[in-house]
Amino acid sequence: MTIIHFQFLSAILFSLGLYGVLARRSAVLILMSIELMLNAVNINLIGFVAFRGFGQEIQTFGQVLIIFVITIAAAELALAIAIILRIYRNKNSVNVDEMNILKG
Amino acid sequence: MISQGIASSLTVEISFWVISISTILSAIAVVQIKDLFRASLFLILTFLGVAGLFILLGAEFLAGIQLMIYVGAISVLIIFAILMTREIEISNQSHYMRILVSMVALGFMLLAISLITSTDWNLIDSRSFPQNQTDEIIATVQNSIPTLSKMLLTEYVLAFEMVGVLLLAAVLGALALVREKK
Repeated sequence: MTIIHFQFLSAILFSLGLYGVLARRSAVLILMSIELMLNAVNINLIGFVAFRGFGQEIQTFGQVLIIFVITIAAAELALAIAIILRIYRNKNSVNVDEMNILKG
Repeated sequence: MISQGIASSLTVEISFWVISISTILSAIAVVQIKDLFRASLFLILTFLGVAGLFILLGAEFLAGIQLMIYVGAISVLIIFAILMTREIEISNQSHYMRILVSMVALGFMLLAISLITSTDWNLIDSRSFPQNQTDEIIATVQNSIPTLSKMLLTEYVLAFEMVGVLLLAAVLGALALVREKK
């Protein structure tokens, strides 16, 4: 268990999230993949902080950053699910291929 | 080295491998399973794995936050969204696109892994870590909650309050979005 293991884990999780965002067509699953990517970022951050954070200040600062990331992820998810429900009510579908109202 | 200080025992090593492998497997299940509900259950498993990694690295408060927000709140929200927009995912995406997309994701992963392996981590290590001070760092890792709360409410109190306002705005915005107009 060194910093490199955490970097690898973070890279793999982020790539899986990227694949989910690009390959799946349900808007809810795209949101879930975005949450995966945010978790990968958090793993990366906590790995750096625990293995390379010199002193208490930096270690705690990393944890503060992760708390903000988690909070903003929660806010983003709430708004995105509200938007998805609204679109579902209007179009009766959450398929992202059919969301082309803004297309000129 | 600090990594030896944190992960000296065999138990920690074994639990790291178990947690990380199960996290990766459940993440693969999330992006591969057709049924959205089962995918969300595997997403909860992934969140639990990340919480376990937080505990392994001495961030117990973050693990609690992860359990409360991700496992407790976000997964419930996602399951509600799936139940309200119940729809079987149609897999009529062309084979060519799927291969292209997996190539992009795989290419990103290989790029990240090559960057990680080509970086000289020991150089950074010896520059920022005098050998005699590692014990102190490990000691602070073990008990970070008092410092965390002090820091959050003194030095970063402005960001803390702004995040609170942001959450309030997001909740009000979500309510305004889903409200039926009379």
